[in-house]
Amino acid sequence: MSGAEGAPAVEVLSVEKTYPNGTHALQPVNLTVQEGEFVTLLGPSGCGKSTLLKMVAGLLEPSNGRLLLWRKPVEEIESTGHRLSFVFQEPTLMPWARVQANVRLPLDLAGVPSAEAALRVNDALAMVGLDKFAGHLPRELSGGMQMRVSIARGLVTQPTLLLMDEPFGALDEITRNKLDSDLLDLWRAKKLTVVFVTHSIYEAVYLSTRVVVMAARPGRLIEEVRIDEPYPRGPDFRVSTAFSHYAKQLQDSLLRASGGVEGALA
Amino acid sequence: MNTMAETKPVPSAANPQAAAPPLLARAEFQRIFYPLLVAVLLIGLWQWWVTAFDIPRFLVPSPLLVAQTLVKDAALLFGALYTTLKITVFAFVCATVLGVLIAFAFVQSRVVETALFPYAVLLQVTPIVAIAPLIIIWVKNPTASLVICATLVALFPIIANTTLGLRSVNPGLMSYFKLNRASRLQVLWRLRIPSALPYFFGGLRISSGLALIGAVVAEFVAGTGGTGTGLAYQILQSGYQLNIPRMFAALLLITVTGVLLFAAMAWLSKWALGSWHESEARHE
Repeated sequence: MSGAEGAPAVEVLSVEKTYPNGTHALQPVNLTVQEGEFVTLLGPSGCGKSTLLKMVAGLLEPSNGRLLLWRKPVEEIESTGHRLSFVFQEPTLMPWARVQANVRLPLDLAGVPSAEAALRVNDALAMVGLDKFAGHLPRELSGGMQMRVSIARGLVTQPTLLLMDEPFGALDEITRNKLDSDLLDLWRAKKLTVVFVTHSIYEAVYLSTRVVVMAARPGRLIEEVRIDEPYPRGPDFRVSTAFSHYAKQLQDSLLRASGGVEGALA
Repeated sequence: MNTMAETKPVPSAANPQAAAPPLLARAEFQRIFYPLLVAVLLIGLWQWWVTAFDIPRFLVPSPLLVAQTLVKDAALLFGALYTTLKITVFAFVCATVLGVLIAFAFVQSRVVETALFPYAVLLQVTPIVAIAPLIIIWVKNPTASLVICATLVALFPIIANTTLGLRSVNPGLMSYFKLNRASRLQVLWRLRIPSALPYFFGGLRISSGLALIGAVVAEFVAGTGGTGTGLAYQILQSGYQLNIPRMFAALLLITVTGVLLFAAMAWLSKWALGSWHESEARHE
């Protein structure tokens, strides 16, 4: 149910990142994400998972190697007819603007006519279940709702590729589980390609068609684990034997990479 | 396919209270009542002290006498207040406009800021009494010279605060704008200016008081030269004539004006930011 896996959406070819201060954030990495996949980058702090995601988005320049989206460099993604959206770890909303205006921001920046923008904003807010909160200010919303606004802002541009950098990391577990399951619904309904970053093994297993395990010091890919479980994945999946099996497999992989218990889950 | 959000909105304002709390328990009432209580106590103590110990009026006039003088010399004093206020407001407006323009220039280019910021500091640390005589000699129009002095005093907080504000943009939002390929103008208009507002209003509050101080100080300097009929000039004249009650009355007017200016700026800030910024938001 992971969609028709056709063309490669994201190609990471021997990409490497060294920061100007000499930190080797990421050893050369190769990774291909097929169209329609939900791929999660899983690893401890400092493994370069966020760095990799930001390079895919074009927010950071790789020191070496090439990054392609639908076989084109990031800057030329428009010519492929595809669009990417990035959802940050923080909601990064404008505190002075109401929910509606926050979601409309990317459309305003792109100069979309206001009548069309208003329609699309309503659609996006409905998708995340916040249509009744269009007139609220961010500070009037809970952390989970602010994150939903951020996702709505990501969806309003009608992207085909969604890049998410630990979007639910700061939320409580119950809210996070709910948002995870809503995200899967959106992914399936919109036939999105998602690259998701997390340090939660359970979130990775629950969401992904494929988990890419990374290790720190130096940042590198160590293993790929395919989660061969059908969608939709209900709450029961979280307590199933298969789920534990995958979680165990990922945990062992992380432990091996860190050479012991210490630091693996730090 | 997506059900309603799992969470409820935080109540945005105080709930409409069924039973209003007693007057003394209300925050708004307390904010006015307690300072007023202190004022009444102090003035009462002052009045009692002056009467009980028979303090001569040319040393310390009683509050009652100050009030009487305020009424008796109203035409003179309020005329002087008008002059001082005019200079203060002109200077404050000039400082605001100039300060904001300079801050914009600083933010557009690091080179400009690096080159000019030390001179802004220089302006700030030079005592106005030291340069006021020069300005008064150079500028023929007395009102204009006073306005220039007061502007110089009030300028720096606006420059410093607005510059800081324009630079204090949430880095995540900045990345988001960059990701969406926002132009420089879009970043300025949609991100930098709104982010700078709380800092700008902080600068306004400081500068409003400084503009008044600058106006009064400049009047003192100019007054000795024979120009101006502002409140500072009245204080000087009263001093020469040992008319201490009038001196106190003029002082009172300056103080009240300063407080009112500050309150006006605080209100303006609340009006502009009240709904979204933490500094002005109601905390429950």
